[in-house]
Amino acid sequence: MNLSAELLARIQFAFTISFHILFPSFSIGLATFLAIMEGAWLKTKNPLYLSICKFWMKIFALTFGMGVVSGIVMEFQLGTNWSGFTKAVGPVLGALFTYEVLTAFFIEAGFLGVMIFGWERVGPKLHYFSTLLVFFGVTLSAFWILSANSWMQTPSGALFIKGHFLVTSWWHVIFNPSVMTRYIHMLLAAYVTTVLVIMSISAFYLLKNRHLQFSRKCLSFATSVLFILIFAQIMVGDDAGVIDHEYQPIKTAAIEANWDTQKGAPLILFAYPDQQESKNLWVVSIPHLASLINTHQWNGVLQGLTSVPKSDQPFVPVVFYSFRVMVGLGFLIFGLSIWALILRWKKDLYRHQLFLKTCVLFGPAGFIALIAGWFTAETGRQPWVVYNILRTSDAASNILMKNVIISLVLIFIVYGIIFGFFYFLYFVKIIRQGPQNVEHIKMPFGYLQV
Amino acid sequence: MGYLLAYGWAGIIAFCVLMYVVLDGFTLGAGMMMGFLDSKERDIAMSVLLPTWDGNQTWLVLGMASLYGAFPPAFSILLPLLYLPLMLMVLCLLLRGVVFEFRLKSTAGRNRWDFIFTLMCIIVTLIQGSILANMIEGFDGHGFRVDGFTVLVSLVVLVGYGLLGSTRLVLKTTKQLQLKMYRVTFILSLILLPALLAVSLASLFVHPDIAGFWLNRDYWGMLFIFPLVSLTSFFLLFLSIHRHWELMPYWAVVLIFICCYGGFGLDVFPYIIPHRLTILDAAAAKSTLQFIMVGAVIMLPVLLIYTGYAYYIFKGKVHDAIHY
Repeated sequence: MNLSAELLARIQFAFTISFHILFPSFSIGLATFLAIMEGAWLKTKNPLYLSICKFWMKIFALTFGMGVVSGIVMEFQLGTNWSGFTKAVGPVLGALFTYEVLTAFFIEAGFLGVMIFGWERVGPKLHYFSTLLVFFGVTLSAFWILSANSWMQTPSGALFIKGHFLVTSWWHVIFNPSVMTRYIHMLLAAYVTTVLVIMSISAFYLLKNRHLQFSRKCLSFATSVLFILIFAQIMVGDDAGVIDHEYQPIKTAAIEANWDTQKGAPLILFAYPDQQESKNLWVVSIPHLASLINTHQWNGVLQGLTSVPKSDQPFVPVVFYSFRVMVGLGFLIFGLSIWALILRWKKDLYRHQLFLKTCVLFGPAGFIALIAGWFTAETGRQPWVVYNILRTSDAASNILMKNVIISLVLIFIVYGIIFGFFYFLYFVKIIRQGPQNVEHIKMPFGYLQV
Repeated sequence: MGYLLAYGWAGIIAFCVLMYVVLDGFTLGAGMMMGFLDSKERDIAMSVLLPTWDGNQTWLVLGMASLYGAFPPAFSILLPLLYLPLMLMVLCLLLRGVVFEFRLKSTAGRNRWDFIFTLMCIIVTLIQGSILANMIEGFDGHGFRVDGFTVLVSLVVLVGYGLLGSTRLVLKTTKQLQLKMYRVTFILSLILLPALLAVSLASLFVHPDIAGFWLNRDYWGMLFIFPLVSLTSFFLLFLSIHRHWELMPYWAVVLIFICCYGGFGLDVFPYIIPHRLTILDAAAAKSTLQFIMVGAVIMLPVLLIYTGYAYYIFKGKVHDAIHY
């Protein structure tokens, strides 16, 4: 591949969006968790729940801000580096983003301040209402964003005329063929990711014999929902795969490293895909399963990569491996959730040393699966930016290479220092401090009514 | 109908940017003021900003998203034109934004974060000023450039945001800090008055269309509003500083900003990218403009109400630093 302004722009986008997706996902999960915990506190008046709220809210506040600022980079970057894209899809996706900000983002951003700083300023019911609004905002935001991205994968409701899209049906734009499945898949991913972090930190405290009441409550909650979440996620993931195959068969071919169109295609567990030669080396596979999984038929036809010219094929190794990372982690998490249920039944959940250590290890697993899944989705989408209609290479802006180098280097440095180092520093600090003792719940604030 | 929708959206975007300038303007300005404050005072200043900074910044997000949806050709041409300034600005906004969270968690590093905060506020303000200058000059035959006019306008915006910040702090603080801010407000106001006159005069020279418009005696019947309102605002500003009124200084500065913003709008109209692309030429198809207009008409009043409500919840003076 030649080093070009376009390649640098792609790297820049991939880098910034990979960081960005981590924070809102975690925020979605935490907002949901906080809505549940604060509700539990209001209902039961058990100060343990308040302690849980106040601790996780610190993590939430830290994380939410990162999501906002990295999001602004994305919004501007679409315009600066992908002007061909924004010019063409502005009438469609620009409208969806406008709605996202109007109906969702403003709510989160507006009521976040009340949620975090307004504990002593408003009554408990009004405060809870703010928490619910933030939860609602992040969840609705996710819908608009997934609708936009799904439209890129399975465009509908618009005609491509004279270089830009003209909407014929907003219903079909927003509720395009893949949005509901992918939206739910994303929400579940956010929830699983967050639950794994909760388990990880709770297990850590239990191993250190600290904050026992707090950790047991959190671990209990997390492990009881994990099984349902990951089970649902696997089901929804399967559905996403079927939809992929129906609307993006070449992406499916890349995921399965299926070079030739065939019936009863084998599931390739592991291989080394050779893009040049259009074949796989060192294959470990199970017959028929790829067809079964993607078409739900034993002898279903899977279109092969070679059925389209090389210029229409995505870069298979990335799609292939990232998919396996995601699914592999998915099944490991599933295993962990079953183990948790068994331990719970045996009343050994809080003391089993190996289990607790595994929980700690699995803290980042959700994030890795998230990135892997998005890599599959977006690199599998290539070479298209709007599937089968607009190519990514036609969507890039005409920017001087030296300018892109400058922005790319600055981004690497800033993101590396801020997200790569300082975010973790303060995250760890919050964990070290731990939750307040249940008896000592009290938070001083400086605002006085005038 | 086509005209109405296109100009309507231009108006909405202009409104969003104005809201951003007035709200994030005071946030950036207060950040700059922190350069003059000691550690305790900086904690207080931060406490003024913390509850509402995110909502304030969101007006920019809305403005840009609306530009993307309603005027895609403008979004796709203007942003690459402003590539390095915008990239630098979003990174500085990122650094500013993270400081809000980081400094609350930091013990030893607070001074370092405050320094970065103030520095980022200054840089963002200068960049926004330079973009404003380039919008006034227009992009006839050239891209973004930094010349004498750019530097002048950037510095004036710096003073302007500084005033938004200092008057906001006057409103929200007490005792020594408030007195300090009254003094800073006074000095900055003394600088702003001649500076704005200089910019107004200079802008007549940067593009023939601007001089052609403002010097046209036929329009003076309406245009006298601008000097009238701005001079009245300055009068109210100085009066309120002298009398130690708390609410008026901020609103007087806001009024000055609205005046300048209106003037800027007249400089730019009917272009969305002066002088390359008009509002009408850049507008998206009716199907898009109508669709998002429905959302805007319903949601904008709602947004304004709960933005106001959030400010109401945090009304009153800040006596001690907040944390969570």
